[in-house]
Amino acid sequence: MLLQTAAVASTGHSLQGSVAEWIWLVPVLPLIGFLINGWLSLRAVGHVGPADPSGEEHGHGHTDDAHHDAHDDGHQATRHPSASIVSVVGPTVLILAFLLAVAIFAALAAAQPDAPFVKQLFTWMVAGDFRVDAAFQVDQLSMVMVLVITGVGALIHVFSVGYMRDDPGYPRYFAYLNLFVFFMLVLVLGASYPVLFVGWEGVGLCSYLLIGFWFTDKVNADAGKKAFVVNRIGDFGFLIAMFLLFANLGTLDFSGVNAAAPALGAGSALVTVICLLLFLGCAGKSAQIPLYVWLPDAMAGPTPVSALIHAATMVTAGVYLVARSAALFSMAPAASLTVALVGGLTALFAATIGLKQWDIKKVLAYSTVSQLGYMFVGVGVGAYAAGIFHLVTHAFFKALLFLGSGSVIYAMHQAYHHTGSHEDAQDMRNMGGLKQFMPVTFVLMWIATLAIAGIPPFAGFFSKDEILGAVFARTHGSTLADAQWFGIPGSAVLYAVWVFGLAAALLTAIYMTRMMLYTFHGPNRSGEREREHLHEAPWIMTGPLVALGVLSAVGGWLNLPAFFPAGPIQALHHWLEPVSGDAALQVTHGAEAHMTATTEYTLVGIAVAIAVAGIAIAFARLKPAALVPKAEAPEAEGFERVLEHKYYVDEIYDRIVVRPIESGSRGILWRGLDAGIIDGLFVNGSAYLARGFGWLGARLQTGRTGTYAWVLVIGVIAVLSAFSLR
Amino acid sequence: MIAESLALSAVLFTIGTIGVLTRRNAIVIFMCVELMLNAVNLSFVALSRQYGVTGQVFVVFVMTVAAAEAAVGLAIIISIFRHRQTVNLQNINLLKG
Amino acid sequence: MPNFFYQFNFYLFGLIAIASALLFVTRKSPVAAALWLVNVMFALAALYVMLDAHFVGVVQIIVYAGAIMVVFLFVVMLLNLGDPKEISDVSGKWGRLAAGLVGLALIAQIMTLARSSAPPSLVQPPDRVADDLKALNALGTIAKPLFGEYLLAFEVTSLLLLVAIVGAVVLGRRRAAS
Repeated sequence: MLLQTAAVASTGHSLQGSVAEWIWLVPVLPLIGFLINGWLSLRAVGHVGPADPSGEEHGHGHTDDAHHDAHDDGHQATRHPSASIVSVVGPTVLILAFLLAVAIFAALAAAQPDAPFVKQLFTWMVAGDFRVDAAFQVDQLSMVMVLVITGVGALIHVFSVGYMRDDPGYPRYFAYLNLFVFFMLVLVLGASYPVLFVGWEGVGLCSYLLIGFWFTDKVNADAGKKAFVVNRIGDFGFLIAMFLLFANLGTLDFSGVNAAAPALGAGSALVTVICLLLFLGCAGKSAQIPLYVWLPDAMAGPTPVSALIHAATMVTAGVYLVARSAALFSMAPAASLTVALVGGLTALFAATIGLKQWDIKKVLAYSTVSQLGYMFVGVGVGAYAAGIFHLVTHAFFKALLFLGSGSVIYAMHQAYHHTGSHEDAQDMRNMGGLKQFMPVTFVLMWIATLAIAGIPPFAGFFSKDEILGAVFARTHGSTLADAQWFGIPGSAVLYAVWVFGLAAALLTAIYMTRMMLYTFHGPNRSGEREREHLHEAPWIMTGPLVALGVLSAVGGWLNLPAFFPAGPIQALHHWLEPVSGDAALQVTHGAEAHMTATTEYTLVGIAVAIAVAGIAIAFARLKPAALVPKAEAPEAEGFERVLEHKYYVDEIYDRIVVRPIESGSRGILWRGLDAGIIDGLFVNGSAYLARGFGWLGARLQTGRTGTYAWVLVIGVIAVLSAFSLR
Repeated sequence: MIAESLALSAVLFTIGTIGVLTRRNAIVIFMCVELMLNAVNLSFVALSRQYGVTGQVFVVFVMTVAAAEAAVGLAIIISIFRHRQTVNLQNINLLKG
Repeated sequence: MPNFFYQFNFYLFGLIAIASALLFVTRKSPVAAALWLVNVMFALAALYVMLDAHFVGVVQIIVYAGAIMVVFLFVVMLLNLGDPKEISDVSGKWGRLAAGLVGLALIAQIMTLARSSAPPSLVQPPDRVADDLKALNALGTIAKPLFGEYLLAFEVTSLLLLVAIVGAVVLGRRRAAS
């Protein structure tokens, strides 16, 4: 870390004058796209609003977005007039940004600098000692994130061209999507916490806008608000952490904080509090217990949005933040243990809920929450590279799963649309047997499922295995194992996290296989007439799916473990060493986390066995043929019912948080404080006071000079008494 | 004789003030103001005996101002009378916005 | 030291001034009031002379009693306000009582303040003006400061009078229409 600051201070950085100088253009390109699309969206005033559901019954008001899009044939009129321009601008800016990012990445790979390259743009704000530059930081970590964001983002943009084709809000959709990418890039490229926070809040805004994209449905608008409010709780923690950092270190630049971090004192209460507050922000943004509740509801947005924001990029911002603050977290073992434990619990908890969801997107949403838990386990135990590795592979396969489900929903919706049915196009009980109608999607979805379940050699296997291995390796001989967590030895906590992780892996395999079985296998339950209209999505949607499928299959090559020598070993791990290597080493007492080959093989064996077992259990226990369509399905009973209702967490939050706040706000804050004291005493009171004085003044203001003479004389006497009575 | 002069000045000033407060005829009120000015002049003159001739100079200035005031004030009264046919200040509330 | 005759005359003119003033404020007819005011001014002129302000005393008679009060009388007659019924407009009993109380308060205040001592830096040798009168005569006494130290103020005063004349003419002019 000292080396880093020294290099920053010296003038010549190896990336100076290289293509990395153009890093500012990477976020600016989506911003340009946003401006163009936003302008196009505003220009056609009559088409700004969301699609009119055109009298379609929404049944139970579920988040069935597909009802809105894909009005083909007779509904061509709803298509936006500027759609063709938007289709070019929207994805093109992303592709250009991706190409530029690749060039910068290549330059970075060639130079391999130890210190980040900071590109100063302008001074954002100065207040006393406080100074924040709008500066972008090019280093190994940020470039990995930029590649994921622009790469996966570009694919999802292309997919959206097909998916959102007939939506009247088409330009608005792409404007939001471009803006989101801009803010996400600011988030990962920002060279200081405040700049990161700008992106952090910006992606929150775009997430809100896109969840409530079809805002004429109250459910969607409410889901957007929920996401926004829950995220604010986390942001509060993040802000306080920033204040504490500045108050104690006097700087908020990443390099400055990293250099000054040892001054906080390893394991001190202060650094623990800072890290916990930072993690509160992460828990909000990355949907961890207890703030995960917004993410499943966020599925109200269009499916590509779920893929981009609520699976692949934005929700991983918390993981990125922890990895970025590795220097701080590595000094706070208690906080790191909290991160790992919360991550492990979330992974298990969300996976159990995922078992009984019927909405295909809800399954994936809980799966996302669960996988994010894994990432936090990784960064929590100080295996920052492993966490980021899982982040990358997860971006691939989860984007694929979401886009695949989008493709399924698209097909289902079109079929229902043709026949005029009002069935739920997202409910798996209405699907079944889709493999014969959508073979491409079917194959790709299975690749992603195997990847997320952890079957070698797909991407998820390597990243998940690395995280679990890292947890196991740190149960002995690390600062975490030596630390105490509320009186519990750290090693016990780590063992618990490891068990949670394994259990979650088993459940992941089960619920993903369940989703595949119910969606693609067995008999078709969509209905006789609909069946004729089921068909594969157009190439512009399947194309990105194929690309993501390839990435999901081979993504593991980024960071191959030593026992799987099919390419460069631990490439990502070594790549990230300049950023988080020191911090990771600090956690493991300066030595590389090491396990004997036997242990390692055993662990891998267990992991694979669990994944296979999960899939096998699902195949053995679940009978898609016995499933009935949603309309005829009986109510679940017992524990299944609890799972289907997501442990009633939303209801519990409603009871213990929302309603007390609401009634408190209504009774005390509104009626008592606002209406009573503020309005009554201050606002109306001052008005009455002013009116009283005015009444008095009006009495005095007779317009007759005689009155004024009286007032004047009395005033003179008063002034004279001030002298004579002194 | 300064003390007596000042006392006389105070008495005259007060009488003028009471006149301003009790009378309702604009012209009479105006004359009361003149009486008050004269009372002040008496103070000036009395004090100028002890503090130099400057007091008398001020009396000259006060008289000038009084003359100017009389000219303008009476012109205003005439103007008001032309509009209202009265100089009773009870009936004139032009200052009410 | 002032002799008895001087003192007698001083009190006499003082009493005349007070009596005339009281009569002035209590007359209902404006003409009578104006004449009593003229009487006050004569008495004051006499006091000015007795207080060694010869020039001011003369000007008091010429300007105040002679010019200003005549203008007042002119206006009273011009507006034909001679009918006491029309102008018997003193405020009521309570108004007069309140005015009397206010007057008492005012005179008490002024008397209290007049007793406070003057700053010593301003105090000059006794009868300084009397000495000046002997050396410079009545006109010279006042002309020296007026055309020396206060020349600018004096000239500005003439401008003020000009403005007042113009203003009076403009205000008093009969509107062409209506």
